[in-house]
Amino acid sequence: MAARMENVEEIRNRVILGEFGVTNVHTTDFPGNYPGYDDTWNVEKFQKNFRIDVVHLDENSMEFDMVGIDAAIANAFRRILLAEVPTMATEKVFIYSNTSIVQDEVLAHRLGLIPIKADPRLFEYRNTGEESAEEEGSEIDTIQLQLKIKCSRNPRASKDSSDPRELYLNHMVYSKDIKWVPIGNQADVFADCCIGPVHDDILIAQLRPGQELDIVMHCVKGIGKDHAKFSPVATASYRLLPEITLLEVVEGEKAERLKQCFSRGVIDLEDINGTKVAKVVNSRLDTCSREVLRHSDLKNVVKLGRVRDHFICTFMCSCYKTPCKLTDKNANIPFTVA
Amino acid sequence: MAGEGEKKAVLEMVQADGADEGCVTFVLHDEDHTLGNSLRYMIMKNADVEFCGYTITHPSESKINFRIQTRGGIPAAEPLRRGLNELSDVCQHVLNTFQRPLSFSL
Repeated sequence: MAARMENVEEIRNRVILGEFGVTNVHTTDFPGNYPGYDDTWNVEKFQKNFRIDVVHLDENSMEFDMVGIDAAIANAFRRILLAEVPTMATEKVFIYSNTSIVQDEVLAHRLGLIPIKADPRLFEYRNTGEESAEEEGSEIDTIQLQLKIKCSRNPRASKDSSDPRELYLNHMVYSKDIKWVPIGNQADVFADCCIGPVHDDILIAQLRPGQELDIVMHCVKGIGKDHAKFSPVATASYRLLPEITLLEVVEGEKAERLKQCFSRGVIDLEDINGTKVAKVVNSRLDTCSREVLRHSDLKNVVKLGRVRDHFICTFMCSCYKTPCKLTDKNANIPFTVA
Repeated sequence: MAGEGEKKAVLEMVQADGADEGCVTFVLHDEDHTLGNSLRYMIMKNADVEFCGYTITHPSESKINFRIQTRGGIPAAEPLRRGLNELSDVCQHVLNTFQRPLSFSL
């Protein structure tokens, strides 16, 4: 694939989705590769071209566009979000009584995965060096939670009912039954923010009358690299912005079929002089299934590609921190790394 | 960055005898693709660098071999230092750009 003059811009900026393969995948704009282009790192040029557009933001998820950055750095951010942004999660589970049918270790594993609503910036990492001090968690590095629940028969249930919700009390143990036990001066320091599980409706175990759980949990600060329970995001992902170019005018019934090949909202039919003509309206909505390449009369009409430096990033977080705070932390971590 | 006395080394330099200062392999401990790929990109954008690549020696060990070859006799540590600073500046700029729209919306 020689780089002809017309091709050069396309090779530099677009990933082409072909019928049998994907081309121009790697970044090639390094100094010396293209005569006539100065590709040396230029801070002003980067700062001028780089922008972030927040598309959607609520307390659980965020979608934003990063334009003008390379895949290597965007991927570094994604990896840091998944593995190196700290959160609090249950690490040690002290089981004083467990007569349920869930085994001790399975129960401890489930409790570790419950997201905890606590700002990790207010806590220290626990010093793992001295094994002798493992029982004592001090107030600066540990949150203590307690789960104490007993299932009993409901005296007011009717005689012939078979619904467990009516027959038993406390037979489903939810995360809302986990209570925070402040240690040291935590009651004063965290008086206004209630520490506990993020979600109230996570089912932990099911009990029947006579079974009980009496558990104390210690939560510590950790990172996703150590164990996935410390990962603050449900997932962090990005995709490149799709670009669909129509190489010729498509009208009538062919335009109708072309519209069906893409996701809804990508291609619209305009009425020009009585005939319906296809027009690309919003290529961002496309999921790049390349369905159009399966039709022999449509595959030469369209060029599918992706813009190499435009990243549509989505992440959903499962922890206390809102998504914007996560990315603050995220961009700070490369400083400590570099 | 380089290890001292009692601390474990995070960066080592490996150089063949007889080679000049411009061809060096750095061994970075406790690193993976997160730093490796982004640093490789920043260093490749430097016109003095003839070759830059990294490899993870074995997936069970968290260390990377980072090789830099320069042209013009420039010692290899210089593009490394410059690449790290530029990467740090990029991250700072991304953070600043990110915080601006959020401070308006919240």
